[in-house]
Amino acid sequence: MSRRYSIWALARNALSHHENWPKAWRSPEPKPAYDALIIGGGGHGLAAAYYLAKLHGMTNIAVLERGWIGGGNTGRNTTIVRSNYLLDENAHFYEHSLKLWEGLSEDLNYNVMFSQRKVINTCHTLGEREATVRRYNSMRLRGIDAEFLTREDLARLEPAMNLSQDVRYPIVCALAQPRGGTARHDAVAWGFARGADSLGVDIIQNCEVTGIDRDPVSGAVIGVQTTRGAIKAPKIGIAVAGHSSQVAAMAGVRLPIESHLLQAFVSEPVKPFLNTVVSTGAAHFYISQTDKGEVLLGGELDGYNSYSQRGSLPSIEHVIASATEMFPRIGRLRFMRQWAGVMDMTMDGSPIIGKLPVPGLYMSGGWCYGGFKATPGSGWCLAWTIAKDEPHPLNAGHTLERFRTSHMIDEKGAGPFPKAH
Amino acid sequence: MLLIPCPWCGPRDETEFVYGEAAVNRPSDPNSLSNQEWTEHLYFRENPKGEHTERWFHRAGCHRWFSVRRNTVTHVISAAWPPGQEPKP
Amino acid sequence: MTGQDAGTTNRQVWRTESAGHGIDRSQPISFGFNQFRLEGYQGDTVASALLANGVRLVGRSFKYHRPRGIFGIGSEEPNALLQIGSGARREPNTRATVQELHQDLVAGSQNHWPSLKFDLGAMVGLAGALFPAGFYYKTFIANPKRWLWYEKHIRRMAGLGEPPADTDPDDYAHANAHCDLLIAGGGPAGLAAALAAGAAGARVILADENPALGGQLLLAPQRVGGIAGHAWVEQAREQLAALPNVRLMTRTTVAGVYDHGLFTMVERCADHQSEPDPHQPRQRFWRVRARKAVFATGAIERPIAFANNDRPGVMLLSAVRGYLERFGVLAGRTAVLFANNDSVYAASRELVAAGLRIEAIVDTRPGLSEAAAAAKADGLYVLSGHGVTAARGLREVHGADVAPIDADGRTRGAAKTLPCDLIAVSGGWNPAVHLHAQSRGRMAFREDLAAFVPDANGAPYASAGAANGAYDLAACLAEGFAVGAAAANALGLDAPPPAIPAAVGDPVGAAPALWSVQAPKGARCFVDFQNDVTTKDIGLAHRENYVSVEHLKRYTTLGMGTDQGKTSNVAGLALMAAKRGEAIPAVGTTTFRPPYTPFTFNAMVGGQTGEIGHPIRRTAAHDWHVANGGVLTDAAGWSRPMYYATEGLTPQQRIDEEVLAVRNAVGVVDVSTLGKLDIQGPDAAKFLDRVYTNRFSNLKVGRGRYGVMLREDGRVYDDGVTMRLADDHFHMTTTTNHSSSVFQHLEYLLQVVWPDLRVFVTPVTEQWFAAAISGPNARALLADLAPEVDVSNAALPMMGMAEGRVAGVPARIFRLSFSGEIAYEINVDADYGLALWNGILTAGGPHGLKAYGTEAMGTLRIEKGHFTHAEADGRITMDDLGLTGMVSAAKEFIGRRSLGLPDLVAPGRKQLVGFIAAEGERIPVGAQIAALDDLDAVQDALGHTTSQAYSATLGRHIALGLMKNGRAMHGRKVFALSPVLGQRAAVEVVPPCFFDPEGGRQRG
Repeated sequence: MSRRYSIWALARNALSHHENWPKAWRSPEPKPAYDALIIGGGGHGLAAAYYLAKLHGMTNIAVLERGWIGGGNTGRNTTIVRSNYLLDENAHFYEHSLKLWEGLSEDLNYNVMFSQRKVINTCHTLGEREATVRRYNSMRLRGIDAEFLTREDLARLEPAMNLSQDVRYPIVCALAQPRGGTARHDAVAWGFARGADSLGVDIIQNCEVTGIDRDPVSGAVIGVQTTRGAIKAPKIGIAVAGHSSQVAAMAGVRLPIESHLLQAFVSEPVKPFLNTVVSTGAAHFYISQTDKGEVLLGGELDGYNSYSQRGSLPSIEHVIASATEMFPRIGRLRFMRQWAGVMDMTMDGSPIIGKLPVPGLYMSGGWCYGGFKATPGSGWCLAWTIAKDEPHPLNAGHTLERFRTSHMIDEKGAGPFPKAH
Repeated sequence: MLLIPCPWCGPRDETEFVYGEAAVNRPSDPNSLSNQEWTEHLYFRENPKGEHTERWFHRAGCHRWFSVRRNTVTHVISAAWPPGQEPKP
Repeated sequence: MTGQDAGTTNRQVWRTESAGHGIDRSQPISFGFNQFRLEGYQGDTVASALLANGVRLVGRSFKYHRPRGIFGIGSEEPNALLQIGSGARREPNTRATVQELHQDLVAGSQNHWPSLKFDLGAMVGLAGALFPAGFYYKTFIANPKRWLWYEKHIRRMAGLGEPPADTDPDDYAHANAHCDLLIAGGGPAGLAAALAAGAAGARVILADENPALGGQLLLAPQRVGGIAGHAWVEQAREQLAALPNVRLMTRTTVAGVYDHGLFTMVERCADHQSEPDPHQPRQRFWRVRARKAVFATGAIERPIAFANNDRPGVMLLSAVRGYLERFGVLAGRTAVLFANNDSVYAASRELVAAGLRIEAIVDTRPGLSEAAAAAKADGLYVLSGHGVTAARGLREVHGADVAPIDADGRTRGAAKTLPCDLIAVSGGWNPAVHLHAQSRGRMAFREDLAAFVPDANGAPYASAGAANGAYDLAACLAEGFAVGAAAANALGLDAPPPAIPAAVGDPVGAAPALWSVQAPKGARCFVDFQNDVTTKDIGLAHRENYVSVEHLKRYTTLGMGTDQGKTSNVAGLALMAAKRGEAIPAVGTTTFRPPYTPFTFNAMVGGQTGEIGHPIRRTAAHDWHVANGGVLTDAAGWSRPMYYATEGLTPQQRIDEEVLAVRNAVGVVDVSTLGKLDIQGPDAAKFLDRVYTNRFSNLKVGRGRYGVMLREDGRVYDDGVTMRLADDHFHMTTTTNHSSSVFQHLEYLLQVVWPDLRVFVTPVTEQWFAAAISGPNARALLADLAPEVDVSNAALPMMGMAEGRVAGVPARIFRLSFSGEIAYEINVDADYGLALWNGILTAGGPHGLKAYGTEAMGTLRIEKGHFTHAEADGRITMDDLGLTGMVSAAKEFIGRRSLGLPDLVAPGRKQLVGFIAAEGERIPVGAQIAALDDLDAVQDALGHTTSQAYSATLGRHIALGLMKNGRAMHGRKVFALSPVLGQRAAVEVVPPCFFDPEGGRQRG
């Protein structure tokens, strides 16, 4: 039976009570050796494997996942996709990623529900307006979509928004990226997994990497030790987000990264009343409504190093207070579920995608808040870098070496403080 | 919400404090360091999964900086001590 | 007959004559459900009142829009979600089983169109074969434009209730508490724990989510200490209420467990009323720090899945019992009871006594237990080794198909149909381990209970009673007393030996796990009622390899509804384990995250919005600014006037007036918001040398100097003028934005890096009010204001200072200039700030004085090319700003080591420049600088503007900005483009100072 998904496939399978669907991906035993290994079965790692197999013909590869695929930050974020960046390196990279998103469902034959419902940044002072207009203008010069929204535009787009001037941070105007939006986070991991698997990639879950083996002479990587035995490979890519420091340390590499908690939470589901994704710098939160109807909110880091995947109160209290001020109608909705992800915060707030100072070792990490939207782009660039042993121009700036020259890609200008980005 | 034992004021809610960063000591003579060594100090961190020594500032209290040893997985704080002193549980 | 058909009625047809110790029959209450007017009693929940009126169908399910009724009796309810209230008080998704009835309550069913009975959305259910779990991943695979169209329609189908129509009119409050012992749950175990710890003198908080304490003791007839269970509860309550160290809280849910002994609780103060009492909150959000905690949260009965087990009329057995015992309501007329344990036999006696006809007791276990045999002897029809295979009926139950089954639920014979309108199910219990799990406690699987129980090993808090797997009433009480005493003893108190009362509860007997009964092909057996997840969906997830618990949950949405899977998670896990051929604990358990039950956002907000959430800082002259047309903006929390609106003038015209007053006469601006630090100590000068790029140790007393500080990575951090008041005493100013972070930074350096330096830093921003007067007439004005002070250029030169009375107020006068004119910053005690301000305004008239705001101030500084954080955006070096001359080569300071790092000296960095617009052109805000005059072209930016203004002084639009190799670009003609605003201007690149570059005016 064809593996292809479609409404016709659904109808056909309905006749057999859906008892003939094939596995979305296999669960093979690890082979003793591969041409390349990806450590980390999140969206990024799976995407890297998919593009390695699809675009670079490397199909004898495996993705090693400690738990279950998509169980890290892929499944713990606020699902926002956008490319509204100021600095060159980030703007081009994220725009490439956004373009990949636009074709992803069809490419993967898996509906990742990429919903280009518009991402709006509200501005609350003239100074903020100036800085935000500048960023969006820079997007337009690069050929990226961006638009200015007046308060009248906002009233039309988001009728639930409080546009009164009689609030603590009255809205002056907003900027928006119409092609921004949301996607179904789990589907991204599963879609890439299914796509990679169909090209021959082995996805190995419950397989924790416990060590990276290196050639005693050349220092190059030769394989990994795992909870399911040793696996050999001449090329290893690391895509483990909040655990980047631990895995890189297995090869003796230290990173300019700290792990911090970022929380998100949802309300009970209600009928649709929020149409776009709204984020605000002044009050530090972002909000959207899921297809199920939940109001999904996120804010800033909890503010101290953590691997606990368990959030604290102050940051969510702050987010809820600010969000109810901008959208008063949500105040009487109920807080349903809260969770946290471990963010790999770099010293300049931008990712590291490229070669590490160990031959055969590559990473994509340091994603800070930006990991979800980067998923296809990150995988695409990591795959390129692994296949060619050199970065693509899109990720040529995102090296680890930039921290040796102080070439910071610092969108916020916040300086070398991971929690500040 | 963490309960942070300020060495001067006693246990107080996290919201009274500002988190500094990992307790990295500033080299006494930066000019004697190579670029490699200096950027190591500036940018590179241990980022342990487990016991972590870090600095906090009691902003809404005594305005003191102090060190805290906290587990980054469980958040259990095992010691807090003033600068220049040894860890005291 | 259903309630819907009954029309308006006050006949509570299903209310029994007796029973119902929780209601007050002397107080009838009238309420509305959809278009009907119904009656219940004080003490009812909406669910019990609806059942009393024979209302079975109360809503439609999330995905298939299937008819749904009341399933449980407490906060575990997955089905009966109603919209309560109207208008701004409309609250969707309210569990009817929890909502207390009050006079004129308005309840409505959800998720249907056009009506509850005839819901077109149910077409989805009919075509349900097309929509198995995860169907949306397999279809609508299209480009994003088409998906956006599909999505719009999918969103409308989902979502359950309507959001509130408007801003919530009610108030909410925050409260904080500390205690020795927090007990979550006021059932037998919780009460026992409170009695033991309370007697020992521990400060106890006992919180229960229900309106009355007692838990299970209120929901079935049991005996404690020789009296009825509910009477013992009352006795215990009185005993505890008499203890000053015990706080009893009902209608209070322990919602979350956080680090270091922090618990959150939500107290529903007024949800049992139509609106809160005047000046009272609707809900109160509690943060409790507890030294110890006991989770006595009971257990949740679990269903057994069978075909169409979601039909209204299928209920949990414990709920059926509870409605009778507490509310005097029989949930049906003719019942089939279906269980895997002996509780069904005790229940059957109560129900029969109350008049329920029991068609059969279907016991999954082969053979007859003692209790079963007794029931049989009483004449009840007991079918052992049988299961209910299907519920009959469309909008409600009309019958049950019953067949012999084996231990795995497979049918082993033909089914027969028994007529009934109620199927009461008991598949055993799951301890409510949510709080234990939230506290990072581990789980242990008890085979005998087929349930996860808290693993006491390494657990930070104790669990007791049914929450700990002790279902037997006597064991519950014993555990409760034990953990209460243990907690008190661990706190150093002395718990007296408890007098544990004798207890007679239900024998439960063995309860061999059964999660589902085999169903005919095509039939749906629901596991998660709210999200319409069936056993087939779990099978599909398994088939497609979504076999980890988390994949199962996310792929099928099992347990993701408002009930967070209270009745479904374990069953789903068990069914997956069976598919995988593994033991349940090997498959794992899902994570429980806060909150235990959903609660209102606004409770957590607690009114901490607006100025309460983010206080506004106001200077001493704030009221004057407002009274004189000041148009305010927020600057780092401060409220500052941008300009003073004047009738007949546009904002720009008024700003021009303010600017020209400074250039031609004199202006005054409130600069109190600048950060101010008082720095004292023998090493103060040495310290400033290490903090600023330039030297301060050679500064003369009575003089000031402009300084810039860097971050350790060499980028510009902050700037300001520091005056030397004495050898060991400095007054530092910082930018408004960084005032608190600079203080923190300096304290860090003093306390951690250089503890040997003898320096004290005191933040004094709020202690001083500061007004700057500037303009050619500023000296004459100051002379009028401060007759005692020698204001001559010789006595008070640029960067000099003087002390004396200004407008009668003792002041420090600093001569420094941001505008480029002769200027004085007058600092006085903040309490006298308004007096100074008024004095300046009064004396200023003859000198042509005008007050000016931040816009004019900004224009003046742009004309002079002074940078702010708009230019020094955290990526900029001293060299980028053209300030290399201020960087001392002869001393060490923070950031110096980084100045030589490759990127900071790399060619092609952006440098500070000025832009001047062609005559009549207007430089747009936030512009990009480009070579092509084309708003739509994709082109490389050469730079960008950072701040721009119309310069009335020059009659031209000007801007500051950063440009690649900017200093080499002076004279170049380029374009300032703002595509998002559709604006552009031709500009020339110029040096960043537009006016009086030699600075003669400010020194004059």
